[in-house]
Amino acid sequence: MTDQAYNFAYLDEQTKRMIRRAILKGVAVPGYQVPFASREMPMPYGWGTGGVQVTAACLTPDDTLKVIDQGADDTTNAVSIRKFFQRTAGVAVTEATAEATLIQTRHRIPEAALTTGQILVYQVPIPEPLRFLEPRETETRKMHELEEYGLIHVKLYEDIARHGTIATSYAYPVKVEGRYVMDPSPIPKFDNPKLSNSPALQLFGAGREQRIYALPPFTHVVSLDFDDHPFEPSKAPHDCDLCGAGESYLDEVIIDDLGGRMFVCSDTDFCRTRCEAGHLGALGVPVLKGGA
Amino acid sequence: MYVAVKGGERAIDNAHAWLAEERRGDLGVAELSVAQIRAQLSLAVNRVMAEGSLYDPDLAALAIKQARGDLIEAIFLIRAYRTTLPRLGASCPVDTAEMAVIRRISATFKDLPGGQVLGPTFDYTHRLLDFKLAAEGEVSQAATAPAAMEAVPHVMAMLDRDGMIEAEPLGNDVPADLTREPMELPGSRALRLQAITRGDEGFILSMAYSTQRGYGRTHAFVGELRIGAVAVEMEIPELGFAVEIGEIELTECETVNQFKGSKTEPPQFTRGYGLVFGQTERKAIAMSLVDRSLRWAELGEDYTGAPAQDEEFVLMHADNVQATGFLEHIKLPHYVDFQSELELVRRLRAEVFATQEAAE
Repeated sequence: MTDQAYNFAYLDEQTKRMIRRAILKGVAVPGYQVPFASREMPMPYGWGTGGVQVTAACLTPDDTLKVIDQGADDTTNAVSIRKFFQRTAGVAVTEATAEATLIQTRHRIPEAALTTGQILVYQVPIPEPLRFLEPRETETRKMHELEEYGLIHVKLYEDIARHGTIATSYAYPVKVEGRYVMDPSPIPKFDNPKLSNSPALQLFGAGREQRIYALPPFTHVVSLDFDDHPFEPSKAPHDCDLCGAGESYLDEVIIDDLGGRMFVCSDTDFCRTRCEAGHLGALGVPVLKGGA
Repeated sequence: MYVAVKGGERAIDNAHAWLAEERRGDLGVAELSVAQIRAQLSLAVNRVMAEGSLYDPDLAALAIKQARGDLIEAIFLIRAYRTTLPRLGASCPVDTAEMAVIRRISATFKDLPGGQVLGPTFDYTHRLLDFKLAAEGEVSQAATAPAAMEAVPHVMAMLDRDGMIEAEPLGNDVPADLTREPMELPGSRALRLQAITRGDEGFILSMAYSTQRGYGRTHAFVGELRIGAVAVEMEIPELGFAVEIGEIELTECETVNQFKGSKTEPPQFTRGYGLVFGQTERKAIAMSLVDRSLRWAELGEDYTGAPAQDEEFVLMHADNVQATGFLEHIKLPHYVDFQSELELVRRLRAEVFATQEAAE
């Protein structure tokens, strides 16, 4: 079968319509998980099928798409998903956060502030923030209905009792506009503050679990905490060794078998832009603008 | 000097080229044709059709070839293809009583109208490796007899006539379609049967087996197991009547289970039902046991906490395409999350050491 045999962005228009209705409902009820009839996609469940379906339903031929995984544009699954949309939708693609109209992400929010008109699509493995406290969907839906969130506070409290601190470092639960507790997908908690009051539309797609949810622009999002144990975003206490950035989320790279390691920005576009602007980290080499 | 890893795209292309080479294998060995797979690995083809939810033996055989014999991968290929197909309409319910059976057995009656027909079965074969097959020995022709034109009525219909089995009247409800609507629980029996018939054979088998061993309890008799071809008919609005559009092979299993009743209600046996594409009898039998097990509430039985009684547990974990995708996604990069855990554990360790030092 040729690629032309598929509709623009792979999904047929009826399916896109069904997904758009779910997205609109999600936007109307921020943080609420809307069930949708997720389709089998040509990539496996758990590999971004929810995000891919949301992206497919949102893309127009004029869009410029950016796909990141772990903050990087060149990780294998990001490459694979970007290629899928280049092939099935023929849209322009970019690595520059500012140039993208739609960004599909796994596990990170870009460092550069998003702007009005941009859409950030998250791939979500387990959309239910209460899932590991209560395995039954029939129960957790009831808990959301009744705003029965005591269990999750007990969990956070038990963390403090056992470890002296809240021991959740990613997929850190948030409360949306004072109503729904929401899983922000497995982003590091460092990224949580960027969820709130973002000018961009944030959409979350969980394909296998058949759920879509949304944060419309300028939605108030609070990370759960206690007055005496306030939420703290955290990152490795280092600067990027390539670009010297002190405020970006870092990946740790093992460089020898003697305990040697370096820290580099997880957001590759952010790091490259800084290097090109002449910033230099401890182990960086000067980059000529426009060079390799 | 460290250079960030680049070149994911070239690595992916090269990996796939290597995969294609590995799939073909030794060029000194003749290539396997799709027709050979369809004809000679037909039970694998049947499984791929059943769990792929698409009745097309040629495409299933192609998927098996492409997947190097990995049946779950082949099922996934079929599912991903199937989901792109337009829905032209729904057929009329197939009439399995009119099935042209190649196999039909009942474990509850020694003889019955239509007879016991063993058909092409592994049952009663001695599981001894046949080295003649390795030596490319052709099989001898099986004996044939003229087709019996006798009707083969359902065993259940005979029990039903006497009121011995719970009635299952024809309903007019349009069943939910789990491929077009999100699954909502609790589901109807029709929805459960849909999920189970496309569920993983191994999972359904183990669930059924667990009920036989006492996790839940289904004491099932195979009232009837039948395999054969049925006509698929569709109402054509322009014509105003149903026309036959094709024929599919099905395996149907109906089990007779423990009775219920009380002083006021006369006791009756209860039903478990299995229906699967192709010759897939292990799956059909297992399906009927799991179906029966999930009916505990409707039949007023106790919930004992057994996995096979738990609708949500069974339905949410039966799909191998979902399961394998999520299981295998953990090999994707997770270094951002792992990094955040590293930082947390380092900090917690430092705090413990600091407390210990302070104590000393």
